[in-house]
Amino acid sequence: MALVNKSALDNAGMRMSEATAGDFLELLKPRVMSLVVFTAFVGMVAAPVTLNPILAIISILAIAIGAGASGALNMWYDADIDAVMSRTRGRPIPSGRVQPGEALVFGLVLSALSVMTLGVLVNWLAASLLAFTIFFYAVIYSMWLKRSTPQNIVIGGAAGAFPPVIGWAAVTGSVSIESVVLFLIIFLWTPPHFWALALFKSGDYGRVGIPMMPNVAGSLSTRRQMFVYAVLTAACGVAPWLLGYTTMGYGMIAGGLGLGFVYYAWKVLQMPDSDQVMKPAKSLFAYSLLYLFGIFAAYLADAVAHRAFVMSGAFI
Amino acid sequence: MMDDDFVTLTDSQKRARRSRSVAIGLALFALVVVFYVATIAKFGPAILDRPM
Repeated sequence: MALVNKSALDNAGMRMSEATAGDFLELLKPRVMSLVVFTAFVGMVAAPVTLNPILAIISILAIAIGAGASGALNMWYDADIDAVMSRTRGRPIPSGRVQPGEALVFGLVLSALSVMTLGVLVNWLAASLLAFTIFFYAVIYSMWLKRSTPQNIVIGGAAGAFPPVIGWAAVTGSVSIESVVLFLIIFLWTPPHFWALALFKSGDYGRVGIPMMPNVAGSLSTRRQMFVYAVLTAACGVAPWLLGYTTMGYGMIAGGLGLGFVYYAWKVLQMPDSDQVMKPAKSLFAYSLLYLFGIFAAYLADAVAHRAFVMSGAFI
Repeated sequence: MMDDDFVTLTDSQKRARRSRSVAIGLALFALVVVFYVATIAKFGPAILDRPM
């Protein structure tokens, strides 16, 4: 028995929740969160100074929770279109497992908690960047850009590009060119990554009236833009080496991965308009994930190797 | 007030509530640990060494 008045339930449209902890975890978009954690971690390790390991773990945790909170707010706002799209109709809100109000409160509480934790325990620059990222993703992207312009994911991509900058700021208390380059890699990578998905899911986006680039500008224009962004991403990927922030080893790996990215984008550009299966677009989408992971893993390995080299030199 | 005036939870609602309760408990406990450990990490062990 629950101490809830039954007539209040009947009259006010209230209901006893059947949402499990797993449903709330799903609101945090764990797969996106894992990429955020990884890129933020690289930003922290690449920084020229070190942070107390306990505070570093707490920083990563706060950034992950903040990113998850913005995901929950996004799911709350987009529940209407998520219910129609095949890719998203199984999410906790459209499937009825979590009520919209529950997701909203969950997202707001975690947003405040993550920002305050990062501010109080680490520094307020990192906290304010995290707060701005949550605001940018939930309000600027989800509420405004997503439904109003085909440039939605181009501008909105900034939200996903901030984590390495936040990680860097958590350690150094500042924002530098190195972290801005990491930001640019993710920012430029976002359009070809998302538009590859939008190409083979254009029917879904069209049904709910989201002005994704393929639905507004057409397939060919989108594929041309994807190719340009892929070239820019590949160029930006080797920038840390060209600017002297990493070794040639990173430069070679980034160059190879970048050539692969351009190759897959080229295959998409060559794809005929009549192609219904869109295998090249699906391949580019899969490769783009591998590319981003590879670039940041190479940057991480380079930073760790450099640090180990410096430390071994200090003991000689 | 009679029992009829209150809601009887279904089995799935009970399971879901238990799952949420455990998660909330663990999250709050983790928060305590995080702030306790972070306080020592930030201020050093000297924070525990206060004159009585």
